[in-house]
Order: sequence, then structure tokens, then C-alpha cells
Amino acid sequence: MTNIDELAEELPISKPNIGSSGKTGTWRVEKPIIDLDACKKCDICILDCVENTIDKRSDGYPVIDYDYCKGCGVCSTVCPVKAIKMVAEVKM
Amino acid sequence: MNFLKGNAACPGCPIPKELDAILDVYGKKTVIVVPASCSTVIMGDTVLGMPSPVNVVHSPFAAAASIASGLSAAMKFRKDDANILVWAGDGSTSDIGFAAVSGAAERNEDITYVCYDNEAYMNTGIQRSSLTPYGAWTTTTPSHKHEFKKPLPLIIAMHNVPYVATASISYLADFKAKFSKAKSMKGFRYIHLLSPCPPGWKFDAGLTMNIGKLAVETGMWPLYEIENGVFKLSSISKPYIDKAKRKPLEEYLRLQDRFSGLSSEELANMQAYIDEMWNYIAKVNDSKLTP
Amino acid sequence: MVGNHAVAYAVKQAKPQVLAVYPITPQTTMLEKLASYAASGELNAKLIKVESEHSAMASIYGAAIAGARVFTATSSQGLLYMTEVIYWAGGQRVPIVAGIATRAVGSPWSIWDDHQDFVSKRDAIWIQMMAENVQDAYDMTLQAFKISEDKRVILPVMMGFDGFVLTHTMERLNTLDDASVGSFIPERDFNIIDFDKPIGIGPIATQDNYIKYRYKAMQAMERSKEVIEEVSKEYSTLSGREQHGLIEFYKCDDADYIIVAMGAWAGDARVAVDELRSKGIKIGLAKLRVVRPFPKEKLMQVKDRKALIVLDRAYSYGSGGILATEVKASLYNANIPIYSVIGGIGGKELGKNEIIGVVEKLLSGKLESEVWLL
Repeated sequence: MTNIDELAEELPISKPNIGSSGKTGTWRVEKPIIDLDACKKCDICILDCVENTIDKRSDGYPVIDYDYCKGCGVCSTVCPVKAIKMVAEVKM
Repeated sequence: MNFLKGNAACPGCPIPKELDAILDVYGKKTVIVVPASCSTVIMGDTVLGMPSPVNVVHSPFAAAASIASGLSAAMKFRKDDANILVWAGDGSTSDIGFAAVSGAAERNEDITYVCYDNEAYMNTGIQRSSLTPYGAWTTTTPSHKHEFKKPLPLIIAMHNVPYVATASISYLADFKAKFSKAKSMKGFRYIHLLSPCPPGWKFDAGLTMNIGKLAVETGMWPLYEIENGVFKLSSISKPYIDKAKRKPLEEYLRLQDRFSGLSSEELANMQAYIDEMWNYIAKVNDSKLTP
Repeated sequence: MVGNHAVAYAVKQAKPQVLAVYPITPQTTMLEKLASYAASGELNAKLIKVESEHSAMASIYGAAIAGARVFTATSSQGLLYMTEVIYWAGGQRVPIVAGIATRAVGSPWSIWDDHQDFVSKRDAIWIQMMAENVQDAYDMTLQAFKISEDKRVILPVMMGFDGFVLTHTMERLNTLDDASVGSFIPERDFNIIDFDKPIGIGPIATQDNYIKYRYKAMQAMERSKEVIEEVSKEYSTLSGREQHGLIEFYKCDDADYIIVAMGAWAGDARVAVDELRSKGIKIGLAKLRVVRPFPKEKLMQVKDRKALIVLDRAYSYGSGGILATEVKASLYNANIPIYSVIGGIGGKELGKNEIIGVVEKLLSGKLESEVWLL
């Protein structure tokens, strides 16, 4: 028997939530763009994305959640066929 | 299990991915004890919530191993076979919380202690810890650190605990295999991760996985297990017993600005450290370390 | 029984599941008794032999949030060492009971009795009760478990009892039988580790949020006054021994002068009161059983007197006696003379004669507003 429900307001606690630091997509300076023609659907970008913001579509291609992608560039670095390019968010 | 996106980790920080992989193996009946560290901030706040899908118990800096000991005892009374996992940085593990870690290891507490080693007190802005490597720049060692890394996995192994391992998120299969093995065991299990930190080590955020790989390939970060006192080099690291197979240290150092400006003497010392470490590994591999 | 064993016995009867205790004079014989109970199976608890007091409080904190009833005990340096975790437990609102064998703090070294260690925790969101004798130490320990786990409270409780003076002194003790204790202290119902409803316990609280949690804690502390009185009444009926709630007023009804004290020397003050009464002096004793929450409302009963003498066994350097300061603050509007007596520091012997001496000095108009019994 646990008492979370009765005590959640009284005690300092937090609950699981996506976006616990807000829409971290706004942090980006560079945006990863996937060239789907070049993409071999190897899944390495999905597995190596440190943020869990690349999902596998039903057709097997990766799709990036730009609301939360921080633009670190790991996906671009690890893609074996260089199908992901980092593009500046703001045109200087 | 998904470590939820939109968290406070720096771009390129491996922590969310490391926790993701651990929870994939450990599952939802896990309680993570988090002492003061980057992860405290990454775990969010009372208003916006936390990115962890499992229970997290926040802990004062030096207390994580002890809080975990208490949780473990309570779970036994509840007859709940939950996994109690400490997720602590190098500062908490090797410095301020060392006594508690040593105590928990000595008592063989039934917990999994994971040290994610980003090689400095990163959360407070890159100050040196006893796990900062020789030659690294930090704000408190601006002319490079001249003490060598405290050999924590070996120290813990000498406490006669059932399982010690080093791992790296750049080698996911090996990483998960070690956590699977740890999960199946009882007693004090200690896993030490090399956790590359883009702002602290001063490398481009996109290179995290590469840096982790180079650490292993240059021999700087040997992957091994010490099971019931027997040292076992992991298959990935076995080739590096042969010095010729180890990539030049330079390849690892030049990507990280924390190692820029090293003198030839300092570089020689770092090379000697790696060579001596591997001489030691060659000697003890497959043998029992503990008397 | 000696005080340490009396408290250990009460703890055993309360049926905790996890204990973590680190030895320190003068608490050590309590730990040894608990260890022997655990070893023999009389106490079905895990006693974690932690490597420091900091770890002792941390371990039982971890066990407490996962549903276990817990206990630890310490003194002096140990209490100071675990301070960080004491604040943590208070702020997180976790029901925990700790026995504090009071002892002076270094430097310089002292193993003897005063209240410095105990009162230094008065801001940490813990309920604090203090025993007058071994019977009190036993009775209060049992009440502490019930108070801390009450849903209107949910605060950790520390039960202070004087080092050596009570810990090592043998006095007559009346105990409750196990069944009575079992019915008095209900089964623990505090557990916030739920695998289906995961939470983060004690995360960062933003600037707007933190103060709200502290406000709730303040309200809980205020609510606890009523709960303490309730539990006291229930225990009084159960045991046949009047507990007196937050404050015991001894011979105060018609008293001109009242001594305010907490701890073992309240017993000496009691004897002094009797002796002075036999000489015709209308004097009484207000024994503070509880110092946190400070029972300022109940203390108002002593406002229409000629003078109060507050005994302090701890001092706030640069300010004044700890209790004296709080009593003066509570009775600010009462406008009566309040004399502060600082004594017993570092274990200095102080008994009824010294107390009588102070009262006589007051009566002869020679008592300073703050006097140290050197």
C-alpha cells in the first residue's frame, strides 16, 4: 500500500514528464537534416541518438522530433553513409 | 525503457542514453538513487517533472550508497525484488561519498552502484576530481592535473564484492551484457562508465560516441570485468594488450581541448601510464586479484 | 533499567524494520542492546552497521521512504555529522524517529552532558521532545513513533535524553506489554515507492515552489501540537501515567515564580520546587516536554507571574540562552521579568541546591538577568 496519491501535493516530489526542461528543440544552433535518398535504414542514428529524439517510421526511415532535438550532431557523425547534414538554424 | 526526451542534459551528453540502456535491461522495478551531480539537474524539478520513467530518490552528495543500502533493506522486508541502483558521478563516488561507497561495498549491500565518470565535477563547472585524468585541464587545474586517475574499479574489487566492470556507451552490446549480468547477481555490483562530456572535455558535441570509442581503442579506457575477484578483460579490449594494436594516444587527445598545450614530458607520462596499466592488465588477466 | 536500555526496549516494542546506528559515547550501550535484540531475533529488524552517522541517517531515510519503520540514535559529534541528512529528512517530510543522547560538542572534547547538540537541530523541521527521566525516555520513544507517522503530521521526531545522567543511570521503569504497544502504535502506513506510480523524491524545487513546501511543513509543525496532545492523552490512559502533553505545569496554579526547564534537570528543579514550597515560597515548574514545535500558546499560562527563571543547558553565542530567548519571545507581551540561567554546560554538575541558590538570589533581588553557573 503506497500513499503517493494522498501525499503528492504535500511532499516535494516530481512525476515523469516529456519536456522536463521545456521544448529543448529551441536550444539548437544547427539542425540535422536526413537525406532519405542516401539513407540506408541501418538504424544507427536511431540507436546512437543520445536524446531519444529519432524514431523509426513505419516505413523504416528515421524521423527526428524537432521539438526536442538539441542539435548535438551525434547522428550526423555516426551515420555511415553521411546522409545527415547539420544545417545552421539561423541564416547569418 | 525510454528516458524521456526534452530533458536538461547538454547536447551530446551521453547520460540520457546510458540511463536508457540501463533501464532497458533493469526494467520498471528499479529505484535510482541520484546524489548531487549533473543528473540531479537532468532529473528536472517539481513543476515540469522528471525524464525518468522509474522512481528516483534524490540524495545529498555523500549519501547515495547509504540511502541505497536502506532502500535495499526495506525492499527485503516488503519482499519486493526491486533493483536498487545508484547513479552517481565521479565526484560523489571517488571523493565526497567515498566512505559511504566503501562501507556499502564492505557490507556487500545488495545494490548496483553505477559510477558515470565524466572525469571532473562537471555540474559545478568543471573542477577536478580524483578521477580526472593526468594532463587534463579543469578550472582548478588550469595548468593541467598532475595526479593520476584513482583506480576506483580495482579499489572496489579489493573489497571482495561479487562484480565489478568497466563499460562504455560506445559499445552498447558489451554495455548491456554487463548490466544483464549484474542484474542477475546479488550483492554489491559496481559498474564504472566512461561518460564523455562535451563541455567539460571540450570537444564538439557530435563526437561523443567517437570519443568513447577512441578511449577504448587507445587503451586509455580498458573494458573488463572482475567477477568474484577474477580479472577478465572484455573481448573488445583484448587486442589492446598488444601495444601495436592500440591506436596512438594522440588520436584521443587531439579531439579534446582539455588536453591541449601538453608538454612533451606530460605526454610521455601519459603514454607511460597507459603502457604500465596494460602491463598490469596482461599480468592479472584471468587471475584472481583478491587474496 | 538504564536509560539506554529503556529506549532500546521501547524501540524493540515499536517493531521497526530497519535500524542503522553508529556508536558514540554515551549512546553506545543502546546500540549494543539493539544489536543483541536483532541477533537473537527478539527484534525482527535489519541493523545496518553503517560506517558513519551521516550514513546512519541516510540509510534509514532510504528505508523509511520505502515503507519501513526505522530508528537511529546518536549524540554530539555524530548528530552534527549527520546534520545535512537530518535537514534532508525534515524537508522531505519522512516519518523517522531518532534517539539523541545529549552531549556537549567539541572543541574542546567533552563526553559529558549538555543540550548543545540537540537544540542545534531546532530549525531542521523535526519535532523535538525531551525526557526528564528514564520513564519519560521510554514513554516518549513510543509516542514519537505514533506522532511522526500521523497523517496530519508526517514529520521526523527526535527524542532527547541527557547523556550519562539518563543514558547510564538506572531508574525504576514501568513498561507497557507488547500487545498494548502494538495497539497503541498502528501499523506503518507511509510508503512512497510505487513501481506503477513512479516519482522523483526530493528533486530541484524552483524558486516559486520551494517556499510553498516549506510553508506546508510549517503548517504540519503547527498541526502537530494538537496531535502531540492527543497522543499524550491516549498514552496517559493506556499507561496510567499522566504524560502532560506539550508542557507539564507542576505546582504552577498559584505560583509567583516559575522555573522553565527541559531535560533531566527538570527533575532536579522539581525537587527544588518542593523544598522551596516547604519554606513557603510560591514557586512552580513548567517542564517543556516538547521544544519543537515550541508550545508558545500553552506557555501563556505562566504569563501573570512575578518572574520566570529559564534554565538553559545550551547557549547561542552572541545572543543568549536558547530556551530563554524562545520563552521571552513567546511572552513578549506579558511584560514579566524573565531570568536566564546558563548551567550544566559540558556536564558541569548541577542539582537542586544550585537551583535553590538561584531562586534565593532572585528573591533577594540580586539575580542578574543572565547568570552563568560557573
